Amino acid sequence: MEKELILEIKDLVVRFETADGVVHAVNGLDLKIEKGRSIGLVGETGAGKTTTALSMLRLVPDPPGVVECEKLELSGRDVLSMSVSELEEVRGKDISMIFQDPMTALNPVFTVGEQIAESIQIHEKVSSQEAEKRAKEMLELVGIPGERAGEYPHQFSGGMKQRVVIAIALACHPKLLIADEPTTALDVTIQAQVLDLMRRLKEQYETSLIMITHDLGIVAEICDDVAVMYAGKIIEIGTLRDIFNKAKHPYTEGLFNSIPNIHDRKAKLTPIQGLMPDPTNLPEGCAFEPRCPYACEGCKKEQALLQISDTHFVRCSRYLEEGFHIERKEKE
Amino acid sequence: MTRYIVRRLLLMIPVLICVTFVVYFLMDLAPGDVISQLAPADATPQQIEMLREEYGLNGTIIERYGRYLWRLLHGDMGTSFFLKRPVFSVFLERLPNTLMLAFASILVAILISLPLGIAAATHHRSWLDGFSVVLSMLSVSMPAFWLGLLLIFIFSLHWKIFPSGGSEGLKYLILPALTLGTEQAGNLTRITRSSMLDVIHQDYLRTARAKGVSEKKVIRHHALRNALIPIITVLGSTLGNAFGGAVAIETVFAWNGIGRLTVMAINNRDMTLATGCIFMFTLMLNMTLLVVDIAYAYVDPRVKARYSK
Ligand SMILES: Nc1ncnc2c1ncn2[C@@H]1O[C@H](COP(=O)(O)OP(=O)(O)OP(=O)(O)O)[C@@H](O)[C@H]1O
Ligand SMILES: [Mg+2]
Repeated sequence: MEKELILEIKDLVVRFETADGVVHAVNGLDLKIEKGRSIGLVGETGAGKTTTALSMLRLVPDPPGVVECEKLELSGRDVLSMSVSELEEVRGKDISMIFQDPMTALNPVFTVGEQIAESIQIHEKVSSQEAEKRAKEMLELVGIPGERAGEYPHQFSGGMKQRVVIAIALACHPKLLIADEPTTALDVTIQAQVLDLMRRLKEQYETSLIMITHDLGIVAEICDDVAVMYAGKIIEIGTLRDIFNKAKHPYTEGLFNSIPNIHDRKAKLTPIQGLMPDPTNLPEGCAFEPRCPYACEGCKKEQALLQISDTHFVRCSRYLEEGFHIERKEKE
Repeated sequence: MTRYIVRRLLLMIPVLICVTFVVYFLMDLAPGDVISQLAPADATPQQIEMLREEYGLNGTIIERYGRYLWRLLHGDMGTSFFLKRPVFSVFLERLPNTLMLAFASILVAILISLPLGIAAATHHRSWLDGFSVVLSMLSVSMPAFWLGLLLIFIFSLHWKIFPSGGSEGLKYLILPALTLGTEQAGNLTRITRSSMLDVIHQDYLRTARAKGVSEKKVIRHHALRNALIPIITVLGSTLGNAFGGAVAIETVFAWNGIGRLTVMAINNRDMTLATGCIFMFTLMLNMTLLVVDIAYAYVDPRVKARYSK
């Protein structure tokens, strides 16, 4: 039986109309997330990960952002047709986001306690004392002593700020949590604690999670599924096992080849050659084609998402050819 | 914080002394002499000399200034030559009028600038934004006395709604307050708009929105609170300008405040009164700036942290 869908996106397109041209940030993205599952969204910088996440909250800055989408549903509710006040109810309660840069994500003129409590007071009809108490509990949950609730962001280190941002996002136990590189500012032990926290949350509240990251290690640790993004499109999606053991797309292969392998330290690191294409001027066919070692004429045409297995899809037309495979060995 | 305030207060002393020095000497350089105005037309040189001594105007300028400063340091601002009353009590008598005008004009300025500046920033590049820019340029480049005369012409002479001058009540306050207020509004609108524009793209507003904070509250609570710091600075100097602008405006509207008193004192070469008035003006201005600096600490916790060190 199919589980309840928490999020469904169909054909999301986002472009930024700036003075220097139109930036095509997201170009036709489909995504489904089941309740309680977590998906890792990986891809290099500029791939459109943050923009995709902001679109789910309907928070893409407009102008310059223009969002077009066929379908955007949050637990079956149509987000596209929501009124402003309905959106405000959903944000922070049903769906919340941990932002990428902790140094700027907190308001410098309010105490961290106030900033956590605000979220609680908006969504749950509680007194301000109660909200304050809950804010302190949230702080302790992310490993910061409750007494520090009265302090201001400038009194916190980067890692602590990040944890405050996490506490804000978790304050109302959202159904869907988007974490945009939540651990980049943290040292390894804190990182482990934060991941542990998210895992607990997932189990306790059946929170679904979108984990945006460059770090495949984090993906392996916490995600059930992985989506690989390139130039605003998902180019490969599957379960953790599909992607880590049976990667199909040449770009995914490149990603794995450019990180150290613990099992084979002698293996050479081979970074992907070249740069991401200019988002104001994307090639018509596969956006990875100019950098792809397997490219051929067919790659210059629009690529469809091909099904490899029940769970595994790849956007690479070369798999239409009999016997095509990439070099990376499949593991079982 | 207390230490900071004490230090600022001590720093005011040299500033105030310099101001009295400059004013006293400038007054002395100006042609004309209070004695020749006070003495009867047929006074003998001896009588004039006696008068000089009576008013403490004998000796060199250095001696005279020295005596003045000595008394000032003991809290005595001297007696007005013309009004024959202590300068301080004359000042106190006129102070309420000037304060009333200053605060009324600030109120006018705030009521115009804050909404207009915020709306201009949130509707960046719209017609409203353009309107605010044009309006603030106009108000900055228009001399206050000219605007005052224009308002008198329209509202007193033409429509006869408000009196053209006097200081007998609220009705008399409206035109001068409007004049001074609009004059200040330009600068304040400009700074409100630009500091809101700086803040409005900050990440923390996105965090607030993502929490479900309403747009209205995002702007008025989260953004404005951050934009307030430069606004308060300008507000302080606006209050200063309101005191300064009062000199011209009080004269135009015959508003009996300190500005008008100062002009009168200068015209009559009333040394003690003029120096005293300007001394008090400077003191008020410095106090305002101090209050502004203290206000920062309440708005911005980072500043407060700096003071407590
Ligand atoms: N407000 C904006 N105005 C103009 N262009 C934008 C804006 N926000 C994002 N972009 C552009 O959209 C593209 C996608 O950006 P996005 O922030 O989604 O990338 P990302 O995958 O999150 O990258 P990173 O890993 O560095 O966070 C980039 O080319 C970026 O320059
Ligand atoms: Mg990003």
